[in-house]
Amino acid sequence: MTETVKRIKESASFIHNKIIKKHKPSMHFPIRALSNVKYTVKRGYFELKGQKKIRTLTVNTVKTFAQTLRLMSLSKELIEKDDIATKREAYYVSKNWGDARFDEQPESDTLMDDVEAMFEVNREQLGFIPEEKGGDVAGQLVVVDRDHDTGKQIKIDCTRFGSGAYSIPISVEHLKFETKAKFVLVIETAGMFQRLVKHNYWKKSNCILISMGGVPTRACRRFIRRLSEGKKIPVYVFVDGDPYGITNIYRTLKVGSGNAAHINKYFCVPKARYLGITPKDIIDYKLPTHPLKDVDIKRAKDALKNDPFIKSHKEWQDAINELIDMGVRAEQQALAKHGLNYVIEKYLPQKLKKTDSFLP
Amino acid sequence: MTTKKAVSKRNKKQSDHAPEITAHDLAKGQREISVSEFFTKNRHLLGFDNPRKALLTTIKEGMDNSLDACEEAKILPDIKIKIEPVDNAEGRFRVTIEDNGPGILKSQMPRIFGKLLYGSKFHRLKMSRGQQGIGISAAGMYGQLTTGKPVLITSKISPKKPAHHYSLVIDTQRNEPKIVKDVEVKWDVKRGTKVIIELEAKYQKGRQSVDDYIEQTAIANPHADITYINPEGEKIRYSRTSKELPVEPKEIKPHPYGIELGILIKMLHDTKAKNLQSFLMKDFSRVSAKVAKEICKKANLYEKARPTRIAAQEADALYKAIKLTKIMNPPTDCISPIGEELIIQGIKKQMNADFFTSNTRTPTVYRGNPFLVEVGLAYGGDLPEEGIIRLLRFANRVPLQYQQSACIITESVMNTAWRNYGLQQSSGALPTGPVILMVHLASVWVPFTSESKESIAHYPEIEKEIKLALQECGRHLSKFIRKKKKAAEEIKKKSYIKKYIPHIGIALKEILNLNDKQELKIVNTLTDTLERSRS
Repeated sequence: MTETVKRIKESASFIHNKIIKKHKPSMHFPIRALSNVKYTVKRGYFELKGQKKIRTLTVNTVKTFAQTLRLMSLSKELIEKDDIATKREAYYVSKNWGDARFDEQPESDTLMDDVEAMFEVNREQLGFIPEEKGGDVAGQLVVVDRDHDTGKQIKIDCTRFGSGAYSIPISVEHLKFETKAKFVLVIETAGMFQRLVKHNYWKKSNCILISMGGVPTRACRRFIRRLSEGKKIPVYVFVDGDPYGITNIYRTLKVGSGNAAHINKYFCVPKARYLGITPKDIIDYKLPTHPLKDVDIKRAKDALKNDPFIKSHKEWQDAINELIDMGVRAEQQALAKHGLNYVIEKYLPQKLKKTDSFLP
Repeated sequence: MTTKKAVSKRNKKQSDHAPEITAHDLAKGQREISVSEFFTKNRHLLGFDNPRKALLTTIKEGMDNSLDACEEAKILPDIKIKIEPVDNAEGRFRVTIEDNGPGILKSQMPRIFGKLLYGSKFHRLKMSRGQQGIGISAAGMYGQLTTGKPVLITSKISPKKPAHHYSLVIDTQRNEPKIVKDVEVKWDVKRGTKVIIELEAKYQKGRQSVDDYIEQTAIANPHADITYINPEGEKIRYSRTSKELPVEPKEIKPHPYGIELGILIKMLHDTKAKNLQSFLMKDFSRVSAKVAKEICKKANLYEKARPTRIAAQEADALYKAIKLTKIMNPPTDCISPIGEELIIQGIKKQMNADFFTSNTRTPTVYRGNPFLVEVGLAYGGDLPEEGIIRLLRFANRVPLQYQQSACIITESVMNTAWRNYGLQQSSGALPTGPVILMVHLASVWVPFTSESKESIAHYPEIEKEIKLALQECGRHLSKFIRKKKKAAEEIKKKSYIKKYIPHIGIALKEILNLNDKQELKIVNTLTDTLERSRS
């Protein structure tokens, strides 16, 4: 019996006992929000502060309570049968539950997140998987996976995908790595990733390229974390020079998110460093810019005020303030202004000479 | 087109020479404008703006007169209204309004129906539907103007006497009636009056329709029996729900605070009193000898002075002195309310609702005029859940159909915080919900915003009274809504428990591998626990 099944049973039996004693049972969930996380540079990731919400079984909560329990039961069944269900599949399974079914998927997703946080596990440990893709990998890396039927090892050489890439699976815990790369370069946009792959940038600089395609998924974060820790190689992050790139994409990769704070410990890369685009780059490289929109400014100011990670790093506060003062943002592909391969020939080599000056 | 140059040339010519048009020339064009002629040009002022409204106004004026006449004669009104389309003439209708009132003396008939501003109501202060004596003759004139047909009046004043019939047209130049036909006829009723007016009109159902107006009149006049035959020939009967005639309103003399300078001067001229003090005491209400002396002193006027002299020179001083003198409020027993019980009966007769309430305020005074506010409210039942409430406005039992937004009643309803009473309301708007709200203002002089009598002017005293009555009804309503909500919630809770507790049983059974008996125990115990905790 896995640890998760044990905890589901403990929780159910606690509720059962309360009911039999004619008491109203309740469930406790950590509050999943940025306001309930703390950050210390030493620990390196967002941790829960311990604020909890209590859902006591009353007439008004009886529906959610019943649905939560049925979801726990489904999870137990999945684990015991060594099966998985996507979030959407779980939603469809609930259609068998009569009155307790979910009308829309966001309802089941929310309760799933609640259960996950309640047991402080990853949703994959509950048998639920997201539909989202993990991210793309190319370069000096061999991923060691296993054939599901035979259990035999499969070695995947990420240098042999040509102009394509290896796709990070939803669950990465069982993967092993073989590499002699000097660093991992994590890239925000698929476009920039394509350029670097096409010109075999990884061969020239002996690195692993990973594309996040926006805010990194949990699997992507975990993959980078295991790879960098297991192989002791540094991680450099290359995103757009705007509040979204910094406070959402980079911050989530490095220290995790408020919503999944119960699992951030494993699902972030505290050692990651910010290569660019920095506000200084915009000036130094005379990059073409776009004006910051109201939402950008709001996002930046919110981060300065509420994001424990930004609040712990003076360098980041200065950089964000500089961005706000300049009133502009620059995309990583703006480097194309100086020639399409300027990024490969000049920008990245110049930057990589001064990794100590990367933003934290 | 005239050029600038041409204009300046002409101006120059005018200033250099004697004017081309003299005062004599102008005088040729100056003549008395007859009231009737004025009407033909300004029919919108009296509510004849368009064919649809003309039909409504005609019915309204006829019904007002009939109801007033019956009540004054202490007869329970039986009113019959019939609207028929005229054959071969599109957009033309024949309106018949018949009552069982006291009838009208033969000698008075031509002037009542054929002369504007002739009536019994303008010269007195008494709560009544009509005020100016302009209505029915204006309706007749509109008919005459649009169809060329005379007004037909039949009236009978006693069962022993024959009925008399007149066909009248109005001489619009001289504001005088012209008799076209004058005969005695047989009419098989005890007494009563029947008026037939043919006019250009448009019949349309829905809001602001004649149908609506008659229905609302029935609500505010539960003592009246109204039969209505619409242009489609359908007969609708609003039967009497109360056999009690409204208490007869008393006629009062004007209160000094309520008059304007012009009227004061006119009263000084017309008075029979020999001196100022007795004029003040006899022609006004609430002026004692002491108060009269005080006014004279404040105005620095000799109390034995002749009123006509004052009128010429010192009316202004007298007017100001009146405002400075403390005078007791006028008597308020001159107002006759519908009454809380009859309001509810009236609404109940027409509307199927779950809840009824009403409030009649005690009379009070604005600018020296006694008035009283009543509110009736119906909620739920067949009334539509969606949309803003239906507001029925009444002045002296007469429904007000147009200019809702300009009316103090509407504004008072908007300015009341209905959310406190369980209705939804966006700021500055009427509340929404399944509600019919009836507001009645009764006064010896209703301050309408215009002669067409469609909305009531803003006086803070009136707004305050309306709001107080609304709030009282609101409190009753919120009590009912809360009770209803609570009952609905109880039912919902019960069904919730029934629906979802079995799933808790199923889930726990699955997770903990329980047997059916244990599952049943969970469901039963939990149902019991939750149901107990509710009460």
